[in-house]
Amino acid sequence: MEQKGRPGPRVGPGLRAEGQDMADKVEFELVSPERLIASRAVDMVVVPGGEGNFGVLAGHAPMITTVRPGVIDMYDGDQVVDRIFVAGGFAEVTETRCTVLAEQAVAVAQIDRAAAEQEVRDLGEDVEDAKSEAERTTLEHRLAIAQAKLAAVEAGTAAAH
Amino acid sequence: MPSLKDLKNRITSVKSTQKITAAMKMVAASKLRRAQDQAEAGRPYAERMARMLSSLAANVQAGGEGPRLMAGTGKDEVHLLVVMTADRGLCGAFNSSIVREARRQIALLQGQGKTVKIMTVGRKGRDNLRRTHAGLIGQTFEEVGRRRLSFADADQIAARVLEMFEAGEFDVCSVVYNRFKSAMTQIVTVQQVVPFAVPESTEAAPATDEARALYEYEPDEEQILAELLPRNLSIQVYRALLENAASEQGARMTAMDNATRNAGDMINRLTLTYNRTRQAYITKELIEIISGAEAL
Repeated sequence: MEQKGRPGPRVGPGLRAEGQDMADKVEFELVSPERLIASRAVDMVVVPGGEGNFGVLAGHAPMITTVRPGVIDMYDGDQVVDRIFVAGGFAEVTETRCTVLAEQAVAVAQIDRAAAEQEVRDLGEDVEDAKSEAERTTLEHRLAIAQAKLAAVEAGTAAAH
Repeated sequence: MPSLKDLKNRITSVKSTQKITAAMKMVAASKLRRAQDQAEAGRPYAERMARMLSSLAANVQAGGEGPRLMAGTGKDEVHLLVVMTADRGLCGAFNSSIVREARRQIALLQGQGKTVKIMTVGRKGRDNLRRTHAGLIGQTFEEVGRRRLSFADADQIAARVLEMFEAGEFDVCSVVYNRFKSAMTQIVTVQQVVPFAVPESTEAAPATDEARALYEYEPDEEQILAELLPRNLSIQVYRALLENAASEQGARMTAMDNATRNAGDMINRLTLTYNRTRQAYITKELIEIISGAEAL
């Protein structure tokens, strides 16, 4: 499920205005129901939105969107400084802030690849064995999250090599 | 008059009771701190969720009637009460005050000719309500968040409530729990969660109105709202559970503090009686010896 960022002023560090200073950072916050997971000022953050990935720079038009399972990339300059996997949620963007509400979040570096593979296999089998339609739907939902998690690790390790 | 040995035994037994209550008080105090920290940590999410909801709701309400979780079923016939209590006793009036309020609500609703269904969270509530309203209790949850309350626990309860709502098993759902005010005071609260009443934002209205109009929605408002509302239900349940957990520990701490103090008073009284009895015994023996000597 590869979705590219949309065109327009909201995408890409290359489109940043010249001569920006610290005030042009975005306050990024990642919160789960149990705690505040991350809160930092970044140059750009790329969020896997429900309708495609989108990058947020300072001065982004205010919006509210759903988030699908995937990886949030935080940029400082042109460097990715942090990658966090989220299992879906919501995002609220204002000119100076980007808040992501996620139920489950884990740093990509901390995902255990073997465990993720195992989870995908197990859930795949469970989906096959699902007895009712409702059960199948919830399992498929969980499988999609597990697959996205695995894809996140694979992309992460590929980049490292 | 009790013998010296009996008194001594009683003093020892009250002393060991005091040790237990003092230990329970300390355990409750540390659990209370943990529960408070957890409630604190959950606040940012809830706040942002509420902010999104109010801006979404304002936009949707203007257009149509919104999803059923917010607009309701249009009826007010069947009420579901989610009664949250503790699994354990020895925490003062904590459980009984919730149960009392639940009974009051049931009587009130039934008096208006409504149908009432009950879902209980926590063993004490189930045991207490089963005696009088066994027929109304549908689902019960026990040992919720025994070690550490997690969002998944709340999610499970909310999922069940949603399932019932989708199946049209109730029109209005409220949770009954103890709101934490301080370790001494907990306030029994009945909060309606379905249909959800979106809180009016308390900030300066004109400014937020402008901000609302500016938001872009992806996908559209209705769709986001339809996803956000079930999440919000879980959050409301989670918050209620957290408040309840803090209240339970607070109530237990206060109750155990009272018990410890009471045991102290009792020990003092018993020791006094013990010493008096012992003195009387010694005096009696002396008199016997002296009169024996004089008689010679």
